[in-house]
Amino acid sequence: MLRLNGITKIYRIGTFGGKELRAVNDVSFDVNECEVVSLIGESGSGKSTIGKMILRLTSVTSGEINFDGNDISAYKGSGLKQYYRRVQGVFQDPFSSYNPIFKADRIFKIIKDEYFPEMNAGEWDEKVHSSLCDVGLNPDHVLNKFPHQLSGGQLQRFLIARALLLDVRFLVADEIISMLDASTRIDVLNLLVGLKSCGLSILFITHDLSLGYYISERAVILYRGCVVEMGDTKEIYNNPLHPYTRLLMASVPRLDKKWEDVAGEIEWQRKPENDAYGCVYYARCPVAIKGECDWHSPQLVEGDSNHFVACFRAANG
Amino acid sequence: MTKGKKRNELLYFAFRNTKLKIGLGVVLFFIVLTFVGPLIAKYNPTDSVGPAGAPPSAQFWFGTTTFGEDVFSQFVHGLSSTFLVGIVGGGLGTILGMTIGFAAGYRGGNLDEVLNVLTNVVLTIPVLALLVVISAYVKVRGVMIESLFIGVTTWPWAARAIRAQTFSLKTRDFVDLARLSGESPVKIIFTEIAPNMASYLFMTFILMFGSAILTAATLDFLGLGPTQGISLGTMMNLAVLWSALMLGMWWWFIPPGIGITAIVGGLYIMNVGLDEIFNPKLREM
Amino acid sequence: MSLNIKNLTVYYQTLKGDVQALEHANLSIADGEIMGLAGESGCGKTTLSNSLILLKPPMKLISGTVELDGKPLPITDMARMDEYRFKKVSIIPQYAMNAMNPTRKIGKMIEELLHSRRVDYSTLRTELTRRLELVKLSPDILDMYPIELSGGMKQRMVMVLSTLLNPSLLLADEVTSALDVSSQKSVSEMLVEFRKREFVKSVVVITHDISILYQIADSIMIMYAGQLAEKASTETIIHRPLHPYTHLLISSLPKVGVRYAEKRLEGIPGNPPLLLNPPIGCRFRERCPMAFDKCVEEPPFEEIEEGHFVACWKEPKSYAQA
Repeated sequence: MLRLNGITKIYRIGTFGGKELRAVNDVSFDVNECEVVSLIGESGSGKSTIGKMILRLTSVTSGEINFDGNDISAYKGSGLKQYYRRVQGVFQDPFSSYNPIFKADRIFKIIKDEYFPEMNAGEWDEKVHSSLCDVGLNPDHVLNKFPHQLSGGQLQRFLIARALLLDVRFLVADEIISMLDASTRIDVLNLLVGLKSCGLSILFITHDLSLGYYISERAVILYRGCVVEMGDTKEIYNNPLHPYTRLLMASVPRLDKKWEDVAGEIEWQRKPENDAYGCVYYARCPVAIKGECDWHSPQLVEGDSNHFVACFRAANG
Repeated sequence: MTKGKKRNELLYFAFRNTKLKIGLGVVLFFIVLTFVGPLIAKYNPTDSVGPAGAPPSAQFWFGTTTFGEDVFSQFVHGLSSTFLVGIVGGGLGTILGMTIGFAAGYRGGNLDEVLNVLTNVVLTIPVLALLVVISAYVKVRGVMIESLFIGVTTWPWAARAIRAQTFSLKTRDFVDLARLSGESPVKIIFTEIAPNMASYLFMTFILMFGSAILTAATLDFLGLGPTQGISLGTMMNLAVLWSALMLGMWWWFIPPGIGITAIVGGLYIMNVGLDEIFNPKLREM
Repeated sequence: MSLNIKNLTVYYQTLKGDVQALEHANLSIADGEIMGLAGESGCGKTTLSNSLILLKPPMKLISGTVELDGKPLPITDMARMDEYRFKKVSIIPQYAMNAMNPTRKIGKMIEELLHSRRVDYSTLRTELTRRLELVKLSPDILDMYPIELSGGMKQRMVMVLSTLLNPSLLLADEVTSALDVSSQKSVSEMLVEFRKREFVKSVVVITHDISILYQIADSIMIMYAGQLAEKASTETIIHRPLHPYTHLLISSLPKVGVRYAEKRLEGIPGNPPLLLNPPIGCRFRERCPMAFDKCVEEPPFEEIEEGHFVACWKEPKSYAQA
């Protein structure tokens, strides 16, 4: 359904754009119909940039993003508008997603103005009401209010309801619950997965491994713009192949195990002789092979079935 | 807190803010005078109606000029051209600044670079010198022409400030969301970004208004003001030209001087007051 | 007892009235105890920690006393608190690592800070470098600018600085929330190490992330809407909580190994009350599945077994049966 084909994003920084920053480096993966894929990475890993590129909020430096077989970079004007009918996003900060000086339900009115100008008001109100009910909100409690009068959880549900007003088939959910309170966040998550049965595919972007495990069938682990491991979520969690994934597993705070009881590999900090070549994880890798890992970048290879890893060690067994 | 309450909160602070009250009071006084003045002034400002160089009296409240014209009549008529320069010159400058600032800030990239160069070029032109040259070439000048010149030369700093604000606002998620809703860039700028800096735009206009009046007064004083009509600046220009200073005819140049200082000063004080109202960090509790 | 808080009530003054951010807090922390303070945003955890070190308007002390090492802490007296701040009570504020002046070298900044506290920098210099090395920072960073350090490094630097004078009490406000998981672990473990080496006597770790507290805290206190809900040892809070809120909160947390398809977690319906005009009595009662008539009275925060405090009328028997 959605296919990322070797996408790269380079930011030019410094005076006259003299320096390059590779935010995303040759990333490829698919999201199938009715599937939740987690994109897991720490801050600066390029996970949000990938989401923004799928939503056409940021340009792609090289590579191609295909939606239903069409290259999305070709969309312009009304074509792009039709793309947004099917592909939508929800972002991390619920309060920043709303213009603070207008009422929160203005986001619905914009959708009506842009996509359903001919629909009469009564019909539209019904559509909004049913959409709000679908996301578990009581329309009487939440309509006609300003963003600061609603809770973060309600605001995020609002944004999901907004997407449902369109014929949305693919949703980019960028850290959508990380700013919500613990007692309400799980409900938003449940709502999201529940939508899967309505034919929605979701790219769930997160830094939290337990959330990724909870909701997704497949996971993609990102480190400094590169995919280091991807595959079936359970497989990755039970049998992490990449040293970075193993480090993440060992350091994520858990409620069932103490850190002392998790065998953690020692993190290294070595100075790479070169920045341009080699594995992105070389500088921190405890099992790096000198002469190989610092000169060649490993390709994603299938370790187990449907479980890919970009590591010479893991690939060699 | 509802929006209504927020409004009330702004009004609450507005009514408590002495600076705003003083500034607004002064400016309002002169605006009222602009409209009421011509009704109570008994004479035509350019007619010779009394004795030459008479000091203020019951008949001629602000005295008369060397040519026997009534200074009070001149003053109240001059006020209207001063406000006209402020509104047209300041307004034009603000509109140009907004257009260029919004375009550069929202689009970014190459357009931003080009507009930035343009802004910097206009910013470094010595505005007064340019205006002097232009005014010297344009023989028949009215207040409108003068305002126009002022408007097209003073927009750069407004453009810079607006560009910077737009830059930071456009990274907010609600702008991304509006793009995902298929809204056009112009619509996004005017319905999403501009309302968030409304107070800022308003203050920009007030500052531009004040500086346009000041620039106009400077030009007029140098004798480069309107060739027709009368303004506070030309009054001072004529007073100096006809040696009012040496002859001790203070009533000729003091009123327009005080008028300009009070209006511009009032506007600036008002601006400081507004800043305190809109910016909670500056509020005096 | 290192810290003893009695009946502390602190409100925020606003134009619309007082926000009742902290109500009747009774609490003590033992020497050498790392206490985790958890709750949702707006539950009063930051208010509690700020009132121990910097109680200034719009915060207003309504009632209560605080004792540190057996002596009363003059929390409302800004001038006298100066003698305690940084020396006896220290804080690692939220966002501290982003608040560093980017134009000052780190060493210079530390020197200025110590000077403003009337402490001689030169005598502490060796101890400072020793401690920096302990948190795996080279003393070279003193000649660097904040921008040259990563988030984790900055946070470790701030920790060393905050504890340089061996305070009795350290308040660590959301020190790990902006960090990546691997840095989170090292910073948290450092807190434990500091306590072991007696750089600090007691620590209050404020966070919304209960799983971090499970890793490092000796005890956990849960707050809800400005009231203390429950305090007990970490194991008790995680595995045998008594307050309905604690119970629901812990069970709503996603854990590695729990999948939507296999075990659906549930949140707590409803939202916390507004503290501008909060309901009288137990503030959780509107969302509480166990609430009954008596909950309109404020439940006392009582010790029901050793070291286990709960503020709930149902406690302890009836809830266990439910």
